[in-house]
Amino acid sequence: MSAAHHEETHDANEGPKVLSVSDRHPRVRTIQVVRPEREETTYLEASVKGLGVTLKHFAKNLFLPMKKLAARNAPGAPPPEKLTSDIETVQYPDEKPVYPERYRGLHRLMLRDDGAVRCVACMCCPTVCPAHCITIIPAETDDKGIEKKPAVFEIDELRCIVCGLCVEACPCDAIRMDTGIHAKPVEDRADAIETRESLMSRGIRSTATQGGEGPDWREHDS
Amino acid sequence: MKTLYDILDWPGTKWLFLILLLVMPLASLLTWAERRQSAMMQDRLGPNRANIGPIKLKGILHFVADALKMIFKEDVIPANVHRGLYALAPLLAIAPVFIAFAIIPFGPTIYPHVYTDTLDPYLLATQPQNPAFADAIRLQMFQVDFGLIFYFAVLTLANYGGTIAGWASYNKWALLGGLRSSSQMMSYEVAMGLSLMPMFLIYGTLEPGRLVEMQGSNPLDWGVISWSALNWGFPLTICAFVLFFTAAIAETKRAPFDIPEGEPEIIGYFVEYSGMRWGIFFLAEFIEIVFISAVIATVFLGGWQVPFLDADGFRFGGYIDPNGISTSGWFLELPHWAVTTLQFGAFGAKVILLCWFQLLIRWTLPRFRADQLMNLGWKVLLPIALANIMLTAGFKLLGGP
Repeated sequence: MSAAHHEETHDANEGPKVLSVSDRHPRVRTIQVVRPEREETTYLEASVKGLGVTLKHFAKNLFLPMKKLAARNAPGAPPPEKLTSDIETVQYPDEKPVYPERYRGLHRLMLRDDGAVRCVACMCCPTVCPAHCITIIPAETDDKGIEKKPAVFEIDELRCIVCGLCVEACPCDAIRMDTGIHAKPVEDRADAIETRESLMSRGIRSTATQGGEGPDWREHDS
Repeated sequence: MKTLYDILDWPGTKWLFLILLLVMPLASLLTWAERRQSAMMQDRLGPNRANIGPIKLKGILHFVADALKMIFKEDVIPANVHRGLYALAPLLAIAPVFIAFAIIPFGPTIYPHVYTDTLDPYLLATQPQNPAFADAIRLQMFQVDFGLIFYFAVLTLANYGGTIAGWASYNKWALLGGLRSSSQMMSYEVAMGLSLMPMFLIYGTLEPGRLVEMQGSNPLDWGVISWSALNWGFPLTICAFVLFFTAAIAETKRAPFDIPEGEPEIIGYFVEYSGMRWGIFFLAEFIEIVFISAVIATVFLGGWQVPFLDADGFRFGGYIDPNGISTSGWFLELPHWAVTTLQFGAFGAKVILLCWFQLLIRWTLPRFRADQLMNLGWKVLLPIALANIMLTAGFKLLGGP
């Protein structure tokens, strides 16, 4: 009883005026609703205010130059101009947004100094891939320091969920997603499968050291 | 044998000129302007990509693309519709607007025989039968004393288009839309008519061409300071202007009074229409915008009158004696062709500006509920309109302007 009484006084201060409280439950109550009669019927003041807001936006966007969005995220871009319109639209095919450096785009396979594929077919990436989109068929190499290479390295970009786990799993910086390229639109599902060659065509030489290069680690062990 | 001037003065010629060359292109452009303007107001870009080869024009060609799309779209006619009325309804919606355009004076009267000379307004006012003023081409199709009443009567018929479309479509939502359309008309029509009554009291005529002429300067009143710029009836007409504008937006059935359409609630009376049949409803809406703008410009903003521009040139202040000689003030003499071109352009500019303002309102205010509109029409607009009539009549009695 006292709790209900406390709640009622609290409402009287902040909420609508309580006319009566039900016997069954303190939260069932009759309240007095006060509607602002003038604003409800004339609307003129609010309409003029609203027209002012939209007119301001219209004039600003009509007369001021647009933001240069393409260069906004680029490193070393000039600070944004003060007097620009509020339009944030990027007109895509004409101007392309510059993505952040860690944007995950289409995969690529990195290369050794001699241009061979850096991947050693350790099968880490197809194992960790949650979408099972990587297919690797290993083959032996003549280089005993490397032992294996991928004879087939295919990524189904339709299945790829762009999570980046393959890049994290790779022990030798062989697969990367730093191209900044979108997956291409394709007409045939088969075209969405990136082959070893197409992945290598985007690859560059990695600066990371790797087993198989330099002194043979087995000789040091013995 | 009819002369060239007779053919030019023939209402059919004027209709072709006004509707096909001015109104339809403007209404089509408005379909694009509306999207572009709303985008600007909402910090977007809007349609700006339609092009013919390298010709882009900021996307203006979108209206061509829209028209092509609607013409070539499949014309779906649902089963169980009333075929005849279903086909008739779009025409009923668009035809009255075309007819109502007949009363709009869309330019000054052109006197071809003095076209290259400076027109003498004093001579015109005193001797209108002078051969110099023969073969006049009046840029108004239908000159009747009940002009504005004619417009009310005809444009009300446009509501039949919506209502019949809703009924003939055999669709509950469409029927609701049609009913809302007619109930909305009840709400605004009375206030709309009454809001123009003060204009009748001020100018003593309901003929739009005469209204516009009276909003300019009258050579026979010269002798006092020429003040054609201030002759638009302000400030007596401001109240009527707001009332009529509100009711007129309700007439176009667009936001904030687009209750008959109400996309989130019912799609509207044209829910079962597709392709160009729907396009005609759509176009009728935009032609109504142009028409309302033309009426407001005619009645409240001086029609084709340019401030300080008399029939013979610009005149700022000064006295003119009865012989038509400017005795003081600054006067710039212009030939008749320059004056008429300026006045014709002024009317177009006023109409375009009012169209823009209607779009601004349409993209600012949210939709009213039906009961709010009725409250507004009957409890607010109607009493204010009546009070406005009384006040204006009082002013006239006390010898106001």
